[in-house]
Parts: sequence; structure tokens; C-alpha cells
Amino acid sequence: MMQNTALAFTFLLGEFRAHGKRAAIGVIAIAVGVAMGYAVHLINYAASNEFSQAVRSLMGNADLTVRGTRMGFSEQTYPLLATLPEVAVASPVVEIDAHIPQENEALKIIGIDYFRALTVQPNMLGRLAEENTDPSLGAFHADALFLSPAALTWLQLKTGDKLSVRVGMEIRQLHIAGTVPAAGAGQRIGVMDIAAAQWRFDRLGLIQRIDLKLRPGVNLAAFKNKLATLLPAGVAAITPVDSEKRAANLSRAYRVNLNVLALVALFTGGFLVFSTQVLSVVQRRSQLALLRVLGLTRASLVRWILAEGAVIGALGAAIGLLLGYTIAAAVLDYSGADLGGGYFAGVRPTVHFDAWAALIFFALGLGAALLGSLIPALETARTQPSRALKAGDEEIALQRLRSPLPALTLIFIGGALCFAGPVNELPIPGYIAIALLLIGSIALMPRLAHTVFSRLPTPWQSAPYLAITQLQGASGKASIGLSGILASFSLMAAMAIMVTSFRVSVDEWLGNMLPAQLYMRAAASGDTAYFSANDQLAILNTAGIARAEFLRTLHITLDPLRPAVSLIARPIDVANPAARLPFIGAVLPSAAENLTQPITVWASEAAADLHGLTVGKQFILPIGTQLQPVIVGGIWRDYARQHGAIVINLADYRRLTGDERVTEVGMWLNAGETATQAINNLRAVLHNNTSLDIAEPGEVRSASLKIFDRSFTVTYLLEAVAIIVGLFGIAASFGGQALARAREFGMLRHIGVTRRQIGMMLALEGALLTTLGVVAGLLLGWVIALILVRVVNPQSFHWSMNMHMPWGLLSAVALTLILTAAMTAVLSGRSAMSAQAVRAVRDDW
Amino acid sequence: MLTLAHLCKSYNSTRHILSDINFHLDAGEYVAIMGESGMGKSTLLNLMAGLETPDSGSIVIDGHNLAEMNDDQATQLRREKMGFVFQAFHVLPHLSVAQNVSLPLLLNGVSKQQARAETASILAAVGLADRAQSRPRELSGGETQRVAIARALVHRPRLLLADEPTGNLDPESADNVMRLLHGQIKQSGTTCVLVTHSTRAAATADRVLLLTTQGLIPRTLRA
Repeated sequence: MMQNTALAFTFLLGEFRAHGKRAAIGVIAIAVGVAMGYAVHLINYAASNEFSQAVRSLMGNADLTVRGTRMGFSEQTYPLLATLPEVAVASPVVEIDAHIPQENEALKIIGIDYFRALTVQPNMLGRLAEENTDPSLGAFHADALFLSPAALTWLQLKTGDKLSVRVGMEIRQLHIAGTVPAAGAGQRIGVMDIAAAQWRFDRLGLIQRIDLKLRPGVNLAAFKNKLATLLPAGVAAITPVDSEKRAANLSRAYRVNLNVLALVALFTGGFLVFSTQVLSVVQRRSQLALLRVLGLTRASLVRWILAEGAVIGALGAAIGLLLGYTIAAAVLDYSGADLGGGYFAGVRPTVHFDAWAALIFFALGLGAALLGSLIPALETARTQPSRALKAGDEEIALQRLRSPLPALTLIFIGGALCFAGPVNELPIPGYIAIALLLIGSIALMPRLAHTVFSRLPTPWQSAPYLAITQLQGASGKASIGLSGILASFSLMAAMAIMVTSFRVSVDEWLGNMLPAQLYMRAAASGDTAYFSANDQLAILNTAGIARAEFLRTLHITLDPLRPAVSLIARPIDVANPAARLPFIGAVLPSAAENLTQPITVWASEAAADLHGLTVGKQFILPIGTQLQPVIVGGIWRDYARQHGAIVINLADYRRLTGDERVTEVGMWLNAGETATQAINNLRAVLHNNTSLDIAEPGEVRSASLKIFDRSFTVTYLLEAVAIIVGLFGIAASFGGQALARAREFGMLRHIGVTRRQIGMMLALEGALLTTLGVVAGLLLGWVIALILVRVVNPQSFHWSMNMHMPWGLLSAVALTLILTAAMTAVLSGRSAMSAQAVRAVRDDW
Repeated sequence: MLTLAHLCKSYNSTRHILSDINFHLDAGEYVAIMGESGMGKSTLLNLMAGLETPDSGSIVIDGHNLAEMNDDQATQLRREKMGFVFQAFHVLPHLSVAQNVSLPLLLNGVSKQQARAETASILAAVGLADRAQSRPRELSGGETQRVAIARALVHRPRLLLADEPTGNLDPESADNVMRLLHGQIKQSGTTCVLVTHSTRAAATADRVLLLTTQGLIPRTLRA
């Protein structure tokens, strides 16, 4: 046993010494794959952890939170709950996302009752500045605001300074009376007295939350049920666990998609190990057969080859974990936790070593390398040593891979999984379908290579003849390189098709959603800025403005366990709602509206998917302070609000709520009026407000597409890494094959083939192989893109899109890949064409 | 036909392989070169083939001085005027027997039809007419070497260089191969240099030379 182990060790060491570069490429590929996966996980984990902590910190010690819409609900609910026998303490809360002029992000301001908060939200209590001697700046003063250390740093303010906030079209000043020392690290938050917050932000009589501390022994579930009957429309009680789940749900699909994408690099890494290991064992076929003849058992041989893979995998995974941790730390340090999706903008947590995840990613790296070694190991062990000892048997070994049955089975299962629904609201079957289609297609390559190349004509010219006969006679070896090209190009093509489809669809959608000539928002962030009825009148009367459409956006809760849904109130022509909304599918014919009938609303795809809304379905919409029966008039495409949006006619909204405020305006100009003139007129009319967000549709479109491109930056980066790893695989495959063919080149040089002719032969082989790989990759990429567009995206983000092919990009990449492969093949062959290779004819095959 | 004058070759300036080798071979002559392992027999063959360059001295083949040729010219010369037989056969496993044999014709620009005819003719001559479409792995060692001989002679080279052609064969197959080789070169008038350890193989040559540190010296084989 000991001798066997020692022999195995010598065998392993010998192989790594002889082909150190090949092993190193395998190690690097696994390391890169593990690093990408682990880094993305650590960044997302740190971000969502920070998010959860912030949610926990805001909820404090509450056993239950009663929450309404962002607009709030009547504070009359508070005494009702506070006096319930089950409730020990009830703490009312006002939540405001205050717009700070010149800042792109809003400041969250919490209005609390300090006395109640002592018990329920102790972390939210402010501490007055020690140097504060102004009695008017006490905690209860209407302008007194306490800022968390992170908020002070972000706003570059200190205690005693003033902070400007926009309310409506007005700028109001708040005094920074002290800090919130117990706020979470990195948590940007402000705390005020609840009454002051209501007054200063024009929210008198409204609250957003009541946090409840229950008496000992109260049955939480039973009490929750009891509350449901007492609470007003659109207000629900949720537990802290549900709150955290709700917060995590905000970014869950995005995080999972990014993690899966990061694992693509690991897949191509594992595949690279597979291709190098196959070539390695094919090259050593006679050596391995000799060991079998000398008495090594099949099982030992399998273990030895697997041990090679395990060493590559373990080394790669260990390096990958270190690299991943370093990348995550650097990204969090330099740019924060947001990877482009916008879910964690401004969140700057620090990286923490996650041992369990490290173990999982180590196992994934090791597993990828072991899987990559398993097929060649099993095949080698199965071969009769007597046959393997004979020269020219290599292709026979690879001929077994030609059987199409396993490949077709995988493709069939993958195809069937495309029709399965999401699991736990994630497109798990879709991901598995993509993986199976990819593996199945790769497994089909030997058969495809044989079928295609055997039909190629063999021109009677040296280089083409040699190249094509090589591809025809050794299609098994060729298909290993081909598989690498297929894997890389199909994934690249799939992502390119998906992103282009998405981008073009977004562009078309923006065109549909932006019919006006000028757009204006009360503020770029927060929910405190708005246009009052007077402002709206002023806008309508502004010189140069022919017509204006006003729009009010707010958030409502349809399901307490899900993120809030946007409620968009805008003028809709009920006779022709498609004039303003890009519908998919049927639209209900308009009906005469009256108060006894449910009013018509139009749901976005996400709202429909997440809340089970279909055209013609009636449901209860919590709006204002009442529950309004509504009917879904149509489903429209919306790329802006992933958690769903419901459009209601502005007139209906005003009639139901009495709320005259709006947040956005679309304007049509008088003939001859320029946008610049109109903008100047608007600013003058609206109190010379320079921080108004006014833009032409082209600017909105271009800004939106810029955000779109930024959100895909990490996607592009991860995809590029996967492609680079794939290209390494192709290079390693060509390199390995060139090395294995050194004697062939030597013989050809002897019989009068010039170096140039061998170069041309290799270039042609590389180009033909890559062309086939690219064509197959394009087809597979299109199928994968179809799954991404039709299955993964709708199940993850609840939006559909039309397929668009980026022919220019695909052609450019295909051409680059073909030329690169041809050059790589030539370079790989160059060393094999040296004088040493000529002497190689003296060696045994 | 072949003249080697004052030929020297060393590796890394410390390992002198060949020094002051002088040798002349007439057209149609068949010579065997013997010598201990490491004496430089194969290096000598590579130098004659223009695959390696000598440190000094000259190699003239059919009036062409290899020392004055660049790589492409030497390759062209090899392609047109030389044939090679190796110890390890070196036939391409992915090509059929006929495809392997026709390679030199392809390289010399012979038309496909003519190549087909000449390949069939030489395969018949080496007794492999019925194996034309077989793959090398389906042949015995002796048969594979016959394919290599057919390939070496199919384009009627002026010079055949054979490096241990019987080294991988059993005695009976070795005898058959040498008989075939001898018959073919004598029939075609090809000049041949055979490098071998085997006295049985060397015995088929017109004359035998022994490569020593003093150079090539004639050797007589005992019957």
C-alpha cells in the first residue's frame, strides 16, 4: 500500500514536472473561477448583511411592526393599538426619504417618540452634542435632527451645522443637534421627534409604522390574526423575520443571477481541466498501459488520474479563495457593495471571511477539477492495456466519445426543464437546463466534428490536404479543442444576445414611455419633493408650455411579505390606454366608470407575476385610507420597477385620495418654443429652483441607457473572465495537441514539408475547427439566450423582452476568435517545428 | 551523388559528435553505416538530410551544396530528391495506407490521378495492394515498415536515408523488409544510406562503413 502511494506520488510529481505549464493553466483556471464566485458571494453577502442589520436596527426590539404604504396611514391607529391588552409598548414611527439638494441619494429620516423609543428602538435615540448650548436645539425642537456618523461623513457636516431638505418645492433647514451613536456602521440615517418630522415634512396626522413590544406570554400568531381585523386598509402587521425577508427579497434574484454568472467562469475552468486532462492521458496512453501491464489495478489508475485533478483543483481552489477575498475586500473598499444593480448603492460594508461559503467554493473548485478528470480516468482504466500500447490507438480511445446518446439525453432533459416553473421564485430549472444543454452540446461535439469533417472535400494541395485529413482522421482529438470554443463562444453569444435584446427592448420601451417633449421631476431622489396644486397650475400657465401631463408615484403594499409596489397615477385615456402604456397581450375594452363598479387599473408584468394579477381579475387596492376594488385592464411592460407597478388614472387617484400632489410632469411645447427657453421659464415660475430635474426625452433615454450599461458592467466583466478562461482552454488544447504531434511534424519536415506549410496546415486546422465551434456556439448561444430571455429573466425579474441579434458584435467576436485560434494553433506548433522536433522522429510514438 | 567533406558537428561546443568526416557515395550505391550508440550515426543522417547544419565542412548532394541552402531550399531538395525510412515507421495514424504513401507525390505537385496510379503501383510492389485503405493500426510492424518504404520510394528519390529500419521488427520481418528495400533501390537505381546496428541488415549493402571517433572507416562483415 505504502509502495503504491509512493509510486503514485512519483507518478504525479513526474507528470507535473514534465507538463508544469499545463498543470499551471488548470490551477489558474480553477483559481479564477473560484475567485470570481467567492468574491461576488462575499460582496453580495456583506451588502445584504448590512441591509439586514439596518432593517434590524430600524425595528429595534419590536416583536411586531404594523406597516402601511409609504404615504402613511392615520395616526389614529396608534391609540387603538397602544391600548390593546396584549401590547406592552407601541412606538409610532414616521419614515421619510428626504431629498437633499445636490445629492443623488435621499437621506432616510426617522421620526420617533423618544419616550416610546427608549424601550422599542433604543438604537435610534439621538445624543445631543456636548458643545450644544443653544436651548432651542433640544431634542424636541421642531428643527432638531440627529445624524448617524455615516450620514455626517456622507454629507460632510458636523453637529451644529444646518442641513437643507426639499419639501414640496421649498427648501427647509434642519439643525443638526447631535448624533445617533448606536446606528449601524455605514448606516446613513437621521432621527427627529415624530411630531417635528410630521410638521416639517407636511405629513401631519400620518405615520408609516407602529412598532409593537408585546407583553410576555402573548401568542404572536394569534395576536397577528387579531390585528388583521383591526387595522385600516393597506396596513398589515409583520414580524422582524418577515421584515428581513422582505428586505432580502429586494435583491435576491439579482444576487442569485450574479452568483450563477460568476460560477460560469468555474464551469469553463472545470472544462479546461477536462480538456487538458483528456489530452494528457491520451498522450500518456502507452505509459499508463505499461503500468497496467506491470500490475497496477484499474481502480488505482483511476485514483492516480483523479489525484492529478484533485491536486490541480485543491491548489486552484485555495488560491481562488485567497484571490476572491482580496478582490472582495478591494471592491468593497474602493467602490462599495453595489455591483451595478443599484440595490446596494451607498452601502459600504467591510468584508468578512465566510468559512462556510469558503468551504463550499473550495468544494466546487475541487469538484470541477475532479469532474474534469473523471471521464479521462474512467476511459483510460477501461481500455485494454495491449491495445493502448499500440501506436495510433489514441483516436480509438476518443472514438467512444462519439456516441450521441448521452449527449442527446442531456439536451432532451435540459429542453424539458425549460418548461418547468421557478423553484422558490428562482429560475433554478432554467439554470439547470442551460447547464445540461451546454454539457450535452459539448458531449455532442465529437459526433458533430466527425460528421462535418468527414464530409469536407480534400483538396489536392499540401497544407489544406494535410489539415483536412488530420481533422477527418483525428476528429476525436479535434473535438476537444472544438468543445472549448463551443463553451466560450456559446456563453459569450448567449450573454450578448440577451443583453442586446434587453437593451433594444428597453430603448423601444423608453420611446413608448416618453411621448412628451420635456420631462420634469420634483427631485431626483426621496419622497419629500412634489409639485403642489398651485405649482401644477403655474406649470400649465408657463410661457411656451402647450400641454402638461402630471404623474404621481408612490408605494403601496399589496403583500406585507413582498417589497412595495409602485402606484403610478397618471392621465390615461380609458378608450385608448395603449397610447401611454406598452401593453403585452389583451387589453380590456373600456367601460363606463362609475363609483359602484371597480375602477380599471393596469398592472406591470412584475406586479402581475408577483401578485397573481391577470387581465380582467378584480382585486382590492389599498389606496389612500381605503380599500378600493379594482379590475386589471391590461398587463404592460415595465423595465423600471422590478417589484411591480400599477397604473391608475390620475383622476381616479385624486377622487379616491384627495391627494393633489404630483411628482413628475410631461410637457408638450408650443410651436417654435425651444426646450432651453421652456426650461428657463419653468425654473423662473417654480421659485427659481435650480435643483429641479428637467430633461428632454433624449436625455432621459440616454441617462437610462447609461444606467442600463452600468448595471451590466459586472456581467460583462464576469463574462469576459469566463471567455478568457475558455480561450486559455483553447490555447491549452491546441498546445497539448501540437506537443502530441511533434513527431508527426518531424516526419513531415523530413519528407519535405516546409515550416510555412506546417504553419498553414495548423492555421487552417485551427480556423476550420473554430469556424465549426463558432457556428455550433452561435446556435447553442441563441438557444441559451432564448432560455435567458424567455425563462430566466421573466422568472427572476418578471419582465419579458423581444429577441434581438447583435450581428455586428457576434461577427466581430467570431472573426477574432477564428483568427486568434488560427494564430494560437500556429504558435503552439512553432515549438514543435523546432530542430528538436525533427529529432523527435527517433522517439517511439 | 553524395559527398561529405571535412564535416564537423558538436552540441553546446563541448560535446563533439562528428569531426572531420569525409565520405563519397556514387549514384545507385547502397552503403550501410554502423557504429556504437552515441557515435553520431543519426546526426550524420540528419546532416545529410539538411535537417541540421554542420559546424564546418560541406555536404554536396547531386551537385547541390547543402551548406549554401536556406531552410526552404533544403526542404525542397529533401522533398524532390530524398526518401526516408525510420526505425519507428512514422506513418500518420489518421491517414490510410494509400494516403500515407501518396504524401510525397502530393508535396511534389503530382496530379491526383497520377499519384493514385503511382501509389497503387508501389503498394503492389511492396505487397500491400490489398491494404491500401487500411489504417496503420490495422497493420503488423513489418507491414507498417513496408508502407514507410513505399512512401520513401514512391516519388523516385535520388537518395534514400534509412535509420534503423529493422530496429522495431522481429528477425523474419526484418529480413523481409531488408529484402524488399534492397530490391526496390536496386530496381530504381536509388542511392541509399542505411544506418543500422544490425549486421544482418548491413550485410545487404554494397559496402559497410563504421563510424568511429576517427571518422568513417570501411568494415568487412563476416559471412
